[in-house]
Amino acid sequence: MTALGLYRPGTSPLHRAPGGLKLLLLLLAGVGVVLLHRPWPVLAALVAVVLCYAVAGLSPRVALAQLRPLAWVGAVTALFQLVVAGWERAVVVVGVLAVLVLLAALVTLTTRTTELVDAVVAGCRPLRPLGVDAERVGLVLALGVRCVPVVVALAGEVRDAQRARGLAASPRAFAVPLIVRSLRHADALGDALAARGVDD
Amino acid sequence: MSRRRTTSRDLALVATFAGVVAALGLVPAVSLPVPVPITAQSLGVMLAGSVLGARRGFLALLLFVALVAVGLPLLAGGRGGLGVLAGPSVGFVLAFPFCAGLIGWLVERGGPSYHLVWGTVANLLGGIVLMYAAGTLGMVAVAHLGVGAAVAANAWYVVGDLVKVVVAAVVARGVHAAYPGLLGSPRARAREHSPA
Repeated sequence: MTALGLYRPGTSPLHRAPGGLKLLLLLLAGVGVVLLHRPWPVLAALVAVVLCYAVAGLSPRVALAQLRPLAWVGAVTALFQLVVAGWERAVVVVGVLAVLVLLAALVTLTTRTTELVDAVVAGCRPLRPLGVDAERVGLVLALGVRCVPVVVALAGEVRDAQRARGLAASPRAFAVPLIVRSLRHADALGDALAARGVDD
Repeated sequence: MSRRRTTSRDLALVATFAGVVAALGLVPAVSLPVPVPITAQSLGVMLAGSVLGARRGFLALLLFVALVAVGLPLLAGGRGGLGVLAGPSVGFVLAFPFCAGLIGWLVERGGPSYHLVWGTVANLLGGIVLMYAAGTLGMVAVAHLGVGAAVAANAWYVVGDLVKVVVAAVVARGVHAAYPGLLGSPRARAREHSPA
């Protein structure tokens, strides 16, 4: 799972802190950062987050990579705020966005997927009166984690078969057999679950 | 609405389709001369609703979003983790389950067999109208963009997604032809089987 996930193994205090605590702190930090309205506190928060990356033993390159998906919207936003509200507002808006994304990515980078799944299942327990079965949530999350590589492998097989028959890359000739094969896989999976008493 | 139990077959279909949406995110489907990668991921959202129906389509994408949130890099371009939910594309990602649910609900209204034209309309309403409304709202809220600027930033993507609306309907028709019996409520199916 670590091969597929975004988790970066490590032994820093951030890696060893419990996942639930990290999620809670992320939530609190998220609420706190949004309340900042001056450029300097925002820049200070940005520096603090970058220091957290150093504590976690992650290189500045990793931190920068987390911001790359923001480049396009960040540029548009900065320009928009610069024109509409001046440079101070532009720094605050783009800075807060960067802090939030970096913090959330930090939790993902330092917490195992399994630990976050457990946190989700624990978080679902109080929802029982609403008809949410926490154990089923955990089961379907585990099934989903397993199904991703299975379907990706099926996609590779379908693509190979398509190439062997000399078909051009048509989306229809790719997606239809992929989904039909996936549905057959789901049937087998459903039978296996029923045989293990999931429906009882 | 009475609460329907999710059977093990439903669980299996939901989990598998979350995998299908992830696999389609890896495929560069349509290449258009625009500066953003257009992958088949939103095709997966439309197909989940069109193939599985409202309830299972919604759950499949809910699972997909949960897998992204717990740190699997399943979004197009290998993105994932909680950072996505703090970023400007949060509106799009959180809308995925509701778009699939709406498409599925509309397709189910069309009866137990899939109609190409009606399916395309459903994809247009769920996959373009609802998806972009939520996505634009998310960009306005997170990035403090004006509505006009957010719409302009999204305009590139609509072109590719309009192609996918039609592709998804054609693919869904092919799937339903090869694998009948996925649509229609259990009640409707029971009515079909029992002699009137």
